[in-house]
Amino acid sequence: MAAKFGFACTIYMGAEDVHRQRPNVFWMEKLGATVVPVTTGSKTLKDAINEAFRDWVSNMDTTHYVMGTVCGPHPFPEMVAWFQSIIGKEARQQILKSFGRLPARVYACVGGGSNAMGIFQGFLDEKDVELIGVEAGGKGIATGKHAVRLAAQDASPGVAQGYKTMFLQDSDGQMLDTHSVAAGLDYVGVSPILTDLWERGRVRFEAATDQEVMAALDLTIKKEGIIPALESTHAFVQAFKEAGSLSPDQAIIINQSGRGDKDIFTIAHAFADPSWKAFIREKGAEYAAY
Amino acid sequence: MQLTDTIRARKAQKDILLMTHLVLGYPSFAVNREVIGQMVENGVDVIELQIPFSEPVADGPMILKANQEAIASGVKVRECLDFAAEMAACHPIPFLFMTYYNILFKYGVGDFIKKSKEIGIQGFIVPDLPPEEGEEYLRLCGEHGLAPIQIFAPTSSEERMRTLAGHGQGFIYCVARRGVTGSKTEFDRPFNDYLARCRRATELPLAVGFGISSREDVAALRGKADLAVIGTATIRLVEEQGPEAVGPFLAGLR
Repeated sequence: MAAKFGFACTIYMGAEDVHRQRPNVFWMEKLGATVVPVTTGSKTLKDAINEAFRDWVSNMDTTHYVMGTVCGPHPFPEMVAWFQSIIGKEARQQILKSFGRLPARVYACVGGGSNAMGIFQGFLDEKDVELIGVEAGGKGIATGKHAVRLAAQDASPGVAQGYKTMFLQDSDGQMLDTHSVAAGLDYVGVSPILTDLWERGRVRFEAATDQEVMAALDLTIKKEGIIPALESTHAFVQAFKEAGSLSPDQAIIINQSGRGDKDIFTIAHAFADPSWKAFIREKGAEYAAY
Repeated sequence: MQLTDTIRARKAQKDILLMTHLVLGYPSFAVNREVIGQMVENGVDVIELQIPFSEPVADGPMILKANQEAIASGVKVRECLDFAAEMAACHPIPFLFMTYYNILFKYGVGDFIKKSKEIGIQGFIVPDLPPEEGEEYLRLCGEHGLAPIQIFAPTSSEERMRTLAGHGQGFIYCVARRGVTGSKTEFDRPFNDYLARCRRATELPLAVGFGISSREDVAALRGKADLAVIGTATIRLVEEQGPEAVGPFLAGLR
């Protein structure tokens, strides 16, 4: 958007996320953005949000704050939710056209919650459409290394980064470190709008572990010929678990909110792909020789 | 005596007051104790004790680091309260808590305010709680006679300043410039215009903070503000030269 309209653009990104989503950083820089790796705190999305706030309050006269997810102080959650609602509107039109009726269930992954809010808004008023948000189970809920705010009991109400929601925090209110193989889901808070929908029973929350995600990714690539992002694959995991309980005349929507190309290093590493590793070594040797 | 009166009484004796700040448990409570002793000996008028929080969005790199290292070293809110009780009992100046709202919220806003009153704290600076979201906090501060310090910024309209002032007690914390704690502030014409707007909006004493670090800075505030706030500068000093450097530094500010 900044490239299209000729705006100067600074992007704050956790240093850990810069490292694990390096292809995204490459494209952002090619588009003309300055990417600032944030090395404070957990070096992920939470800390990038804090740094972006600090920049914004320092440069408010010349700068707009553009939030990537449906979190933060009012009116950002509602603004971002509205921008994302195009996903739900189009998905609704498309399934009615191609299938002739509404889906039984809609699955979406939830980090901050932008893609989920986007697609859910196409179906919020349809009582018969079940909405399922899938959080990052990381290494498993019992290990504490996850980002599950609503699907388990680990989070509690809190107020941080300008909004109130369920946060993963200790009894003093200090935010905890989170973990997920997917950078976009690796976040302590969750959209206050989604928390509200969860409290009212409109959206059901589940969690998928890193391990389940890699298995579902492998299956999706082989059977469907598509490469979902690691974030989106969380939605696929839950859909695969539950699809068997549907009748043949029912449909589901899985929101593939991003492509897995950006995750090639993480995915290849997780699959311990020998030919990819050989290629990286070869490429590394080639650059080292310059 | 309530905070507003204490400050007015002190201001009648001096041409500008000093408020200093430190992050509790950073680098340790023992160092905090020594630094506070020197602050009091050198005539500091008010001290704000920052209870560390993992997401200190209003703070710049120095105080951010202090918050994160204090938490990493295991500092708990309960220890901060115990330490504050000790300080308030042995020093005859007002102590305030500065922290972010989640610390109060998790403790229980009512319990936190009641406990603060019991241990001799006189007010709070909570930069991420606008009055519209702090009804319970403001009411309970009022009931317990504690000052909920309100914050003006250069971006605040005069109408907003008057609204904020209506909820404030003790003094108004005037953020000297757009931004976070710790970087340099220019005391130029727009700054003076801003302080004049602050002055028109309230009769409460005015404290000016963010980027105040030298004798010249404090001198620039004389006659325009009631309190000069020194935050990052003393934390940096302790870090670079040790706690014993704080006394001479503060003595040289006025």
